[in-house]
Amino acid sequence: MNQSTQSIDIRLIECAKTFSDGTRALEPLTLQIEAGETVVLLGPSGCGKTTTLRIIAGLESPDPGGQVLFGQDDVTNQPIERRNVGMVFQSYALFPNMSVEQNIAYGLTVRKMANDEKARRVAEMLDMMQITELAGRRIDQLSGGQRQRVALARAIAVRPRVLLLDEPLTALDALLRERLRVEIDQLLRELGITAVYVTHDQNEAMALGDRIVVMDKGMVAQTGTPQDIYYKPSNAFVADFIGTINRLRGTANKGMLQTAGGKLPWSGPDAGDIEVLFRPEDATIVALDAAELRGHVVASYFLGDRTKVLLDGIGEQTVVVETADRRQFAKGAEIGLIIKPDALMTLE
Amino acid sequence: MSLDRKEVPLLAVMLIPVFVVFATFFLLPMARLVLVAGSGENGMSEYLTVIRTPRHFESLIATVLLSAVTTLAALVISGISGVFLERNRFRGREALISMLTFPLAFPGVVIGFLVIMLAGRQGLAKEISTALTGTRLVFAYSMAGLFVGYLYFSIPRVILTLMAAAEKLDPALEEAARSLGASRWQVIRDVIVPALKPALIASGAICFATAMGAFGTAFTLATNIDVLPMTIYTEFTLNANIATAAALSIMLGIVTWIALYIARSLAGSTVAAAA
Repeated sequence: MNQSTQSIDIRLIECAKTFSDGTRALEPLTLQIEAGETVVLLGPSGCGKTTTLRIIAGLESPDPGGQVLFGQDDVTNQPIERRNVGMVFQSYALFPNMSVEQNIAYGLTVRKMANDEKARRVAEMLDMMQITELAGRRIDQLSGGQRQRVALARAIAVRPRVLLLDEPLTALDALLRERLRVEIDQLLRELGITAVYVTHDQNEAMALGDRIVVMDKGMVAQTGTPQDIYYKPSNAFVADFIGTINRLRGTANKGMLQTAGGKLPWSGPDAGDIEVLFRPEDATIVALDAAELRGHVVASYFLGDRTKVLLDGIGEQTVVVETADRRQFAKGAEIGLIIKPDALMTLE
Repeated sequence: MSLDRKEVPLLAVMLIPVFVVFATFFLLPMARLVLVAGSGENGMSEYLTVIRTPRHFESLIATVLLSAVTTLAALVISGISGVFLERNRFRGREALISMLTFPLAFPGVVIGFLVIMLAGRQGLAKEISTALTGTRLVFAYSMAGLFVGYLYFSIPRVILTLMAAAEKLDPALEEAARSLGASRWQVIRDVIVPALKPALIASGAICFATAMGAFGTAFTLATNIDVLPMTIYTEFTLNANIATAAALSIMLGIVTWIALYIARSLAGSTVAAAA
């Protein structure tokens, strides 16, 4: 299962994309993806993530001036068929006129690999994806999860220089998505291949990415590790797009932050009117006399393992907190909160 | 179940018109034709005679070949242009598509006339070739002329079906093949043609059957062409050889039916594979 091809780094230099109808899909983007690294391009639809992936793949060419490098190799003008990339699509894109085996072997057939070596490689791929029993099946006899396993096997069978995945789990149901996500994660670690993964699902991004590139309106909103993105969002878009975020306005003075819902300890500099953010899981519901913030219950939702409580009277918008306490939250009841001191974030 | 039993007589009543039409206009004439073919001096061996008579046999072979070549050419041309027209949006596209389907309404005579204008004794091809090389290019009254005419009326019948099929092609399939290293030609062979196969077979079958039975074009151009419908016409009207004409008609029907049957069973297996 060792990848004979050495993994390589990918560099995009000033890659922009303007479509023929004048739509600007991507502002000039410079991005370095290290060898063996898994980078997730994350963002809402139309943010330019798929365009970026297609530029790396060679399915789109960047506007003049842009450059795509695979290691030392300038592939800007190489079409996809010469780039030696593995691609996995949301729609699986398996050839319906070929069996599972023939699909996996297709890239090897095109490369005119000898039959016995090809058979060995296909068997290895079937084994790696645990779909050996499906070898002779027709594609229409497979479930969605099986199809995506075949598509992965087909993409890595040719030992590509980079693996590109375009929303590979989006068409699957939640349970299967979770399971295949774990498998893809293991696969990428095992292969040590440079991978670019496009998704609009933040959970997938968090779980799979060594680094996440959050994109918005054709531009990079933030690049960083999942922890960076989650705990240190550098702008409002990232803060709102990733997870749930609460906003408080207040006045910072002498180590305390005065807000509408109460006073919080504050380690940042004094400031007139500032906005601070915190994640729902960093707030704890406590007795009213021990509380730093007080608010009233707007609504509560029992989610099984926890209860989500919406409060007003604390920030300008409703504040969301989560608790594992087995208690009821009556509408209008006054609730007290404390927030972990290091959990308060500010945006530049 | 009781409902089903009640519905049976109703269904039978409703099917009566179909049966009447089927019997009146298909079964009876066909039976009559079969009998007429056997009513000549050769009896039922007229069918064998038709095959043994070199002129008739050659005409049958020529018709099958012409129809097959026309079908293949029409499929190739319409396949390429159908995929192109489906993929590309440009000014005048709609106009071009409606122009391509325009000849659907033309009777064979008109198409024959168009071929004469193109490649007849006073035709465009002759004018141009005389001006350029000094040789006179006249092919309207040969198999080549017939081929051009047949192709002309076949393309509209094929291209719309292929465009509809091309619309359903998943672009990701081609991208996947290319990502695996397939050249343009390999993508066409391994992805596009297999995906279009049911449409190619269905429209090809219609094209072939139409070509086998085409009469007007052949009649207009016929000076020394022997396609089967022409042979039938000659035997029937000029030679008053009604038995032979009937036997040839049956042969024409059977050969076409066999070709369509083969096409349909091929299509059936691909449809099953795509389902």
